Amino acid sequence: MANGTIAANGKTFYEEGTTKAKTGLTAWIFSTDHKRIGLMYLSAISIFFSAAVIIALLMRLELIAPGKTIMEPQTYNSLFTLHGVIMIFLFIIPGIPAVFGNFFLPLQIGAKDVSFPRLNLLSFWIYIIGAFLVLLSLALPGGPIDTGWTFYIPYSVRSGTNISLAIFAAFVLGFSSILTGLNFITTVHRLRAPGMSWFKMPLFVWATYATAWIQIIATPVIGITILLVIIERFFGVGIFDPALGGDPILYQHLFWIYSHPAVYIMILPAMGVVSEIIPTFARRTIFGYRAIAMSSLAIAFVGYLVWAHHMFTSGISDAARIIFSLLTFIVALPSGVKVFNWVATMYKGSIDPKPPFLWVMSFIVLFSIGGLTGLVLGSLATDIHLHDTYFVVAHFHYVMFGGTGTIFFAALYYWFPKMFGRLYNTKLANIGVALFFIAFNLLYFPKFILGYMGMPRRYYDYLSEFTSLQLISTIGSWVMAIALIIVIGNIVHGIFRGPKSTSNPWGGVTLEWHTSSPPPLENFHEIPTVTHEPYDFSQLEEMKNE
Amino acid sequence: MFPGPTSHVETVDFVFLYIVGISVILLLGITAVMIYFVFKFNRKKGHKPKDIHGSILLETIWIAIPTVLVLSMFYFGYIGYEELRDIPDDAMQVEVIARMWEWDFRYENGKVTKELYVPLSKPIKLVMESVDVNHSFYIPAFRIKEDVIAGKKNVLGFTPSRIGEYDVACAEYCGLQHSMMYTKVIVMPEREFEEWYANTEETAVEPENK
Ligand SMILES: [Cu+2]
Repeated sequence: MANGTIAANGKTFYEEGTTKAKTGLTAWIFSTDHKRIGLMYLSAISIFFSAAVIIALLMRLELIAPGKTIMEPQTYNSLFTLHGVIMIFLFIIPGIPAVFGNFFLPLQIGAKDVSFPRLNLLSFWIYIIGAFLVLLSLALPGGPIDTGWTFYIPYSVRSGTNISLAIFAAFVLGFSSILTGLNFITTVHRLRAPGMSWFKMPLFVWATYATAWIQIIATPVIGITILLVIIERFFGVGIFDPALGGDPILYQHLFWIYSHPAVYIMILPAMGVVSEIIPTFARRTIFGYRAIAMSSLAIAFVGYLVWAHHMFTSGISDAARIIFSLLTFIVALPSGVKVFNWVATMYKGSIDPKPPFLWVMSFIVLFSIGGLTGLVLGSLATDIHLHDTYFVVAHFHYVMFGGTGTIFFAALYYWFPKMFGRLYNTKLANIGVALFFIAFNLLYFPKFILGYMGMPRRYYDYLSEFTSLQLISTIGSWVMAIALIIVIGNIVHGIFRGPKSTSNPWGGVTLEWHTSSPPPLENFHEIPTVTHEPYDFSQLEEMKNE
Repeated sequence: MFPGPTSHVETVDFVFLYIVGISVILLLGITAVMIYFVFKFNRKKGHKPKDIHGSILLETIWIAIPTVLVLSMFYFGYIGYEELRDIPDDAMQVEVIARMWEWDFRYENGKVTKELYVPLSKPIKLVMESVDVNHSFYIPAFRIKEDVIAGKKNVLGFTPSRIGEYDVACAEYCGLQHSMMYTKVIVMPEREFEEWYANTEETAVEPENK
């Protein structure tokens, strides 16, 4: 290499930092390196995810039989609220963008870091402060929140639990999301390597970019809504509370104007990861690159126009229900296009079904079930029956956990060698995927049937006719616990004990595979010049000499 | 044929089966093709991958066909919904009052009950309001629900077509005893109902608080 000075030292970002202290805690918590920030998010998110899983296991245990099993109704109500709040605000919304977006977006566009590295560190700290406030709301007198993660008014006004603090935590977390979004948009616009035109960007970059726009446009709506709730609570101004002359439906509108686009904040980055993994393991270009890139943007924008499908039974006008139902069906189409394009990308490939690819296959089945059952809920006649039942619970777990959650693991298993320079146990990884898939369906599929039978959600107790399906679901939760222990244990073991990996074990060609594993502090010894399309595997030959 | 509890049940079940039927075909198709590709184009077989960047024809087809399918799903859902909202003017009106955690039913003659009594084959119009938090009036057997909200009169209609007792649940989370906020709708033969309705003394229940 021509300018050998930087390349010569050959240090990874673990050995070289942006802080004065080279090692220890401060070298991490004050680091502005996007890779370290990504890893810090990964550690924090893993803790919150595990906590919410344990809560879910306790809830499933309570529901194993009708009547009281292990807890009182108040405890159960707090647990399902916490499960939702933690999973949504602390795991799945930040999830893939904060961990893998931070780590890989700059790498994939050939940048040294994000545009505003210090702002990036600030986002992380705001996230931690928000998480701390959630924890504080559990500990203070008044007790853990019991309203469901939607905080519907008037119940959330009447509940004596620490609502104000909890929603303020959501407000703070929103800022973390906005700042991350802003940072990513600027980075994509300003810091692409020479030669990387918009249509040479990897699809994960496209997806993260589209997501970032939703983060900065939609998140302020929830921020304003939360401020209005706080004003109402402390100053008695009637905005949402009917007792003060407010309108509780207005709250639902504002809440879903954010929270529906937020669903796409959760799923779009996962779709981006899928578009990375399939070409790498099929070793051929993606089918319909532009259609996939544009469908991300289409989802991001049409996604703003369907919020009221969460409110089909709330008493909004018939005309509104009909229009929102129609738009809901329209927004399903770009997701369908993506699924077809992914499967078509396997055609005439050279497929090596390694663990990340198996995760993606599992994703395609689970996400398709989630998406297709969404059609049942988009249709008015059926939604009136199924709204607020277990059918909805099953549907969004298939989309969120089967979709985004599965892809969180896929991303971890795909980029693991790049992040840690090591490998995990492949055989155990395969077992993990298979067991996860079985457990998932055992845990959630019975909920579709329960929902159609008329089992409402957020129920501490239930009629005896639901017992056997509830029991199957609880057994599924135990199998899921075992699957998660295998999946996560394999990763943890790999980080510390796994065999050393080469810099490009899968034969990927996007830019992150053009540098060493783990990458050096500023990612590349020399900023690459992009001459190929993102998934042009003819580069593999030349890459051997890099 | 043995009639359903209301004719609307058949409508909803049809829409459900229509959407699920198409979905199952799509899901099985996608899954089967994917698994077939993974075996057929497996790297172990050693053939050279072929870069196919796309196909305008194929992509147009798989946008067009799903568009037609989802529009048909929308249409059936819409028709079914219209049927639900089409409440005849001569429907018998009952006021529904929801509170944490019980239901009151107030009839036009002033009778107030804890369970909903209705005559067979007569269209019923429920005018519903909550005195506290949001609730949702849900009769799973009839496949219908509508939220019950303070300061707002939401309407729900049905025409029972089978004698019997059916569960009524609260479907909108409303706090501690949300899961126990069950009552019943009791569908009676017309004459029996008339007798019951005329007797304002016997079964009337005073609401606990006004
Ligand atoms: Cu209720």
